[in-house]
Amino acid sequence: MNRRSLLLAAAAVALAPRLARAQGAQITGAGATFPNPLYQKWAEAARAGANLNLNYQSVGSGAGQAQIRNRTVDFGASDAPMTAAQLAENNLLQFPTVLGSLTPIVNIPGIAADQLKLTGELLADIYLGKITKWNDRRLVEANAGLTLPNLAIAPAYRADGSGTTYVWVSYLSAVSPEWKEKVGVGTSVRWPAGTGARGNEGVAGTVRNTRGAIGYVETAYAFQNHLVTTQVRNKAGTFVKPVAETFLAAASNANWAVPNFAADLVDTHGANSWPIVSPTFILLPKNPTDATRALNVMKFFDWAFNHGAALATELDYIPLPKAVQDAIRAAWLAEVKGPDGKAVWG
Amino acid sequence: MSQAPAATAATTALPAHRGSGSTADLVFEHACRAAGVLVLVLLGAIIVSLFIGGWQAFARFGAGFVTSVEWDPVQEVFGAGVSIYGTVLTAVLALLIAVPVAFGIAFYLTELAPEWLRRPVGTAIELLAAVPSIIYGMWGFFVIAPLMADPVQPFIIDTIGELPVVGALFQGPPFGTGLATAALILAIMVLPFIAAVMRDVFLTVPPVYKESAYGLGCTTWEVMKGVVLPYTRASVVGGIMLGLGRALGETMAVTFVIGNANRISTSLFGPGNTIASLVALEFGESELGSLKLSALLALGFILFVISFIVLATSRFLLRSRLKA
Repeated sequence: MNRRSLLLAAAAVALAPRLARAQGAQITGAGATFPNPLYQKWAEAARAGANLNLNYQSVGSGAGQAQIRNRTVDFGASDAPMTAAQLAENNLLQFPTVLGSLTPIVNIPGIAADQLKLTGELLADIYLGKITKWNDRRLVEANAGLTLPNLAIAPAYRADGSGTTYVWVSYLSAVSPEWKEKVGVGTSVRWPAGTGARGNEGVAGTVRNTRGAIGYVETAYAFQNHLVTTQVRNKAGTFVKPVAETFLAAASNANWAVPNFAADLVDTHGANSWPIVSPTFILLPKNPTDATRALNVMKFFDWAFNHGAALATELDYIPLPKAVQDAIRAAWLAEVKGPDGKAVWG
Repeated sequence: MSQAPAATAATTALPAHRGSGSTADLVFEHACRAAGVLVLVLLGAIIVSLFIGGWQAFARFGAGFVTSVEWDPVQEVFGAGVSIYGTVLTAVLALLIAVPVAFGIAFYLTELAPEWLRRPVGTAIELLAAVPSIIYGMWGFFVIAPLMADPVQPFIIDTIGELPVVGALFQGPPFGTGLATAALILAIMVLPFIAAVMRDVFLTVPPVYKESAYGLGCTTWEVMKGVVLPYTRASVVGGIMLGLGRALGETMAVTFVIGNANRISTSLFGPGNTIASLVALEFGESELGSLKLSALLALGFILFVISFIVLATSRFLLRSRLKA
């Protein structure tokens, strides 16, 4: 008897916070894996801060797009923007939430973090298999003052389809016409050279294991694991390091006045801009069948824009510039209409 | 074959029992039959749904899908050539490594090992079979691949790699991952299956046969070759096929160490791909209804067919040997 009542009490204590949580408004989302750590943090904070319960499943951008097309979730999330035609066909509003950046990582004996200088053309030619040695003449020219060994270059890439790869090959396509023509842009591509590994941790592990390897990972991942990052030359011609200032410079120098917020932050202008930055997007139905749930989604991201910047910076994401956030709120007001034809937001 | 008359006798005997009016018997019979049919229905349903899912890819690329070595998601050109090559090559290499070792283990445990050692070693092998494949994958990636990358592959590349003809098989940069590493991990994974089956069937040989052979003055090896192996041949081949089946379909462990490149490399140290690992990697970012998803389902269908061919071949081999 005693034991049973003890068990009941324990169960009540364990369940109490859950029940309390369940009282908030429920919203569901699915998609991109890249912003997942941040969305989970935001969800946790918004539970207390805005009484909103977000259940976000990081199933991959492709699956996220499929789920919002079928309207099985309240919003979809995708690292790669959908085309204007796809958005119109599925009656979706697309807006960014946060920015992320990629950085090359290398394993060359005697080279420390942010010492090696690379240009977009060099990176493209390495991944095309045209530059195969670290003491290649062009690499040596770009790195006066460093002694580069006679070592084979082993390029490593993401073998699983991923938004990270999408951003990386977008950059290579932007800087190398040959890459654009021979390989192109996608969440997975036909790699001309190198070896593939699964996930950020797989690429990082391969680079760590292999002398002469080069790879690309999300900057947050590179920082947290103390990987050897490099400098990259931006469009203005300066070599920049992967640090918060260069990411913010890229975000503020980007041209956001484009349809569907599909801003291209790869290889942007600005003397101090990091060249490999990308937004991640939310896909929201413009004609929600349940206006309350759509409103709650917008409330959640409004809360995140107002209160979530510190959490984003903490996890090495880049918050959106204020002007872009205001433009997104204006788009909510103008484009999302409930079943009664009235604007849901506002 | 010799069981056939007994089986018919049993079925003809059933109606007589039915006369006793036992409904429990009837229910039991139908329940068992349903369970048996369920397996067939499931198998058929899986094959059919894979084929329907892959139809878009088959219709687009025709028979060339099987042989084409292109896999370009950007241009939407898909071919299964590279992954079929990788699947078959790694599985066969794995068997080449695993079968002699498994035979050695089974031979040692049944004929040579002292009594007190047989149980612990036998149990250890069964435990190896129970290790989840993701563990082998992580172990391969974090332990074996670095070892292959540093002392093993550079040494082989500098020695055997320099030879005229076989050298081509052992060239290229020492990534550590690649077809050879994948085959090695697969060999370790299928080893316990093959060894356990071999040990069990070697134990089924009636001692009187072996004693007679020893009595005639045979050596241990002659007893193994002349008595034990012929007696157990069918089961030994069955055990090997079991291992081959697992090697063909293994996904996670291979994904970690094979290098995941859609190119056919002549070197065993080069990166490659298998059907199972390609499907696992690409599935997450394939859109519903896209040609890529269809191509992945078509790959699944092809893997099914390859496994079926392996089983059918083993049956055929066994039958002809039994006749002779």
